Amino acid sequence: MSWIATHFNYVVVVILMMAGLFIVFSSGNLIKRMIGLALFQSSTALFYISFGKVSGGTAAITLDAQGAEGQALAAQLDPAYVAQFGVEGVVYSNPLPHVLILTAIVVGVATLAVGLAIAVRVRESYGTVESDEIDAVSRVAAEQAEPAP
Amino acid sequence: MTAPVLEASFALNVALLLMLVVLAAAVVWTRSLLAAILLMSVYSLVSATWLMVMDAPDVAFTEAVVGAGISTIVALGAILLTRGEAVRVSWKRQVVPGLLAGLVGGLLIYAMSGLPDFGDPASPANSHVGRAYLETAKRDIGAPNVVTAVLGSYRGFDTLGETVVILAACIGVALMLGFGPRATLAPPAGAPGDHHVVLRVTAKMLVPLIILFALYVQFHGDLGAGGGFQAGVIAAVAIILHALVFGLRETTAAIPPQAARAVAALGVVVYAGVGIVCIVNGGGFLDYDHLLTPQIEAMIPAGLLGDPDKPHHWGQYFGILAIELGVLMTVSATMITIFYGFAGRTIDAIAAELRR
Amino acid sequence: MQLEALYVAQPALTAQAPILAIAVPLIGACAAALAPSGRAGWMISVVAAMVSAWMALAVAGEVMREGVILYQLGGFAPPAGIALRVDAMGALIALLIGAVGTLAAVFSGHSLAAEVRPEKHTLFQAGFLLAQAGMVGLVYTGDAFNAFVFLEVSSIGTYALVAAGERRDRRALPAAFNYLIMGTIGATFYVIGVGFLYGATGTLNMADMAARLGTLDQNAAVQAGFAFIVAGLGVKAAMFPLHGWLPGAYAHGPSLISLFLAATATKAAIYLMARFLFEVFPDGAAFGDMFLQWVLAPLGAAAVIVCSLQAVFARELRRMIAFSSVAQVGFIFLGFSLANASGLSAALFYMTAHGLMKAAMFMALGGLAISIGARRLEDFAGVAREAPWTAVAFGIGAASLVGTPLTMGFLAKWQIMEAALAGGRIWIFAVMAAGSVLTLVYVGRIIEVMFFREPAPGAPRAKESPVGVLVPLLILAGLSLWFGIDASLPQQLAQAGAASLFEVRP
Repeated sequence: MSWIATHFNYVVVVILMMAGLFIVFSSGNLIKRMIGLALFQSSTALFYISFGKVSGGTAAITLDAQGAEGQALAAQLDPAYVAQFGVEGVVYSNPLPHVLILTAIVVGVATLAVGLAIAVRVRESYGTVESDEIDAVSRVAAEQAEPAP
Repeated sequence: MTAPVLEASFALNVALLLMLVVLAAAVVWTRSLLAAILLMSVYSLVSATWLMVMDAPDVAFTEAVVGAGISTIVALGAILLTRGEAVRVSWKRQVVPGLLAGLVGGLLIYAMSGLPDFGDPASPANSHVGRAYLETAKRDIGAPNVVTAVLGSYRGFDTLGETVVILAACIGVALMLGFGPRATLAPPAGAPGDHHVVLRVTAKMLVPLIILFALYVQFHGDLGAGGGFQAGVIAAVAIILHALVFGLRETTAAIPPQAARAVAALGVVVYAGVGIVCIVNGGGFLDYDHLLTPQIEAMIPAGLLGDPDKPHHWGQYFGILAIELGVLMTVSATMITIFYGFAGRTIDAIAAELRR
Repeated sequence: MQLEALYVAQPALTAQAPILAIAVPLIGACAAALAPSGRAGWMISVVAAMVSAWMALAVAGEVMREGVILYQLGGFAPPAGIALRVDAMGALIALLIGAVGTLAAVFSGHSLAAEVRPEKHTLFQAGFLLAQAGMVGLVYTGDAFNAFVFLEVSSIGTYALVAAGERRDRRALPAAFNYLIMGTIGATFYVIGVGFLYGATGTLNMADMAARLGTLDQNAAVQAGFAFIVAGLGVKAAMFPLHGWLPGAYAHGPSLISLFLAATATKAAIYLMARFLFEVFPDGAAFGDMFLQWVLAPLGAAAVIVCSLQAVFARELRRMIAFSSVAQVGFIFLGFSLANASGLSAALFYMTAHGLMKAAMFMALGGLAISIGARRLEDFAGVAREAPWTAVAFGIGAASLVGTPLTMGFLAKWQIMEAALAGGRIWIFAVMAAGSVLTLVYVGRIIEVMFFREPAPGAPRAKESPVGVLVPLLILAGLSLWFGIDASLPQQLAQAGAASLFEVRP
């Protein structure tokens, strides 16, 4: 039970990753596959951010520990905990995963835009965005290109 | 060593994550692409909320503007140009993908047991480099927002790469959709009595306000959540709103597609140029401490930004300011280019392309 | 030729060479996007690629003189900051990317005119330069997450560039889409893997990671991180059976992109995988050795046999050569699986050889594509008569592919086989020999059609490639011959790189 509590976030991340991958692999519709890919990519954000969270921490925007806000935060925590894990009297969550995920989100939207643009061109060229129908069109074209026996 | 705040935020964490699972399941089930896109938009908003609970306001902000904002617009544009419903997939063809996803999931679950507990302040991830940033950022960079300090300076090279990725997307979308027969997205011409007058007046008032907000987000980045990415997307949204209400022709008259592409490229030039200037002044690439020569630094009045007694890292300050400007340029221009790309194609354009 | 003694740039410039090899094509890409005409874009592209290659050469010389180069970005020491870390292996691959990139840029002048709408040329050149900058960055960086960023820099534009082949062959569009899906899954797997390693070590710097992983080889998260990184990079490297995207992307994309990707893209991913396999993961960890023995070696062997057979039965010429690329990746992995310095050095040399020969072959086909829109093998009947120089250059590349003595391909293949024998792996030797025979079969078919068959009556006649294509093409073919006789330049880098990785390992 305690394992569930300490690893709940990771289990959710796995479920979301599987959902995204399943859409990408099972769907034949190019747009739906891009949506699945976006879901898959976004699950990595949850993954990284989850292990950057620090119990009782706050956002990594440096506070004045003597100020009202800093005092209010410190009051909620065990002083020994703050002394061990805090920085200048305030406990912060880890900023590094945040930076990495900012990058990953931006990469995700770039991929989405290019992928959808290609899908639109596929629709313009083949008249469909379903993989099966695209394959069928390609096969017919290939047969027509064959020289008569 | 208990952390009493954890319980409350942990309940919120669980609730929001369960909502994400439900939304993801709905995306898997639905065949309507419109529904899937809107569900993904909700998913982004919920995950932005979750990110706030995780103390990641910068990421939450980005997820909200990118995931729920621009991604949704692009995806809606794409289904408008393709089709709104996916073909049903027979269960037989779902078995292998299901097994594959299950395999990956199984491996992940096995691996997760090796990860430290959620929220553990002593885990390797939270005690090595991440903690070092918290301790040194004020001294090295001087920006209160440690995320901005890491993003702009410690890992500024990553951010350059990320800006280049955006430029690559701009080039990619422009190559795919930016040429050939174009649509104008004109409002219905000659409509008797303008029915959209409320819309027009509101939009006219909103566009400058949105731009103003973008500028606030841009310059507030080293103090609080925000920065070039978020500001760039917000600024682009103002232009997109203008195009939706007044028509693409009006908007492209004000900001031609070529100009948008040029600004996107110039943004990367600004960013990389800062790096080169640092080299020329005797430092390494993107070493902002060498951005300003001592002569220039001496010319800056001590009280330029508040407290004259507090030592300022002017190189770091101006370096981050300049690269954030580059990011703003590239991101906003790219988002506008992407919107132009999708909005500029219509069924007419498709028909013309098919006849070719 | 001794690299240590080679003077290529002033010391002050050499000190900045690693970053300039990345930044110059980046800025060049922006300049190309802003260029007023396709011709100006082409000139910018050539100059930027050339400067990048020059800087890569300066880096290679410096690495031979000084050993591993560290370049701190932003003035912060790793692991807080990002650092470029170039060893002899990386210097070699970057040199390959620079050289092929420069020649491809020269070639693009004529090739784009034939294959891509004129108004798109400037953007196309910009995308091409971004891909080049991204690949050099991927090879030089010493930071695991930064490698992901450069993986995407080199990929995202490339997807659209492949799709731009639609003007000649509309199958480029679904092929590019497939490439995007697979490539993104691969990159995301890599990010997940890096996430596990970050969770276990708290650092992203690869050297720091290696130091901290030393005692963690029993940790489930580390093992899974390893699996995800290898699988993710395996997709990018076209490791059998994750290579599904490659034949379509190479066969239907524009010539410029096929040639550049075939020569460099998989190599950069393989190189990064090698760094994780031999440098980052715990020395002598049981799962690492097991992976090399029981996963990498069999998959490499399967790639050699299956994809060579697919190449034998392929109908379209470019598809044939694309399948051959997957088979060649198999050869490289067989070299890795020997897990010793001679095997790794041979594999690295093979990567260089393969890059040069495939670049020559795809460039020759691109030269022919200017005059004939041929796809199927039969359409190339008798082209040697109309376009002798192009055909000869193609033939030299093909000879190197088979492993004919006096070509670079021979030395490369022989080194791996020798290392396999020395390591007592007779079966790897046998697979290599069988693969070479299959290569001979399909290359023989191509050569027979090109050189000894009459052109079909009424078929479009090929023309000799223009000078702008012939010059880079003959240089590429010449390099395959030159390094077949005097291989000292790539050889010393490959050996130094492999030795530096294995000297710390028992």
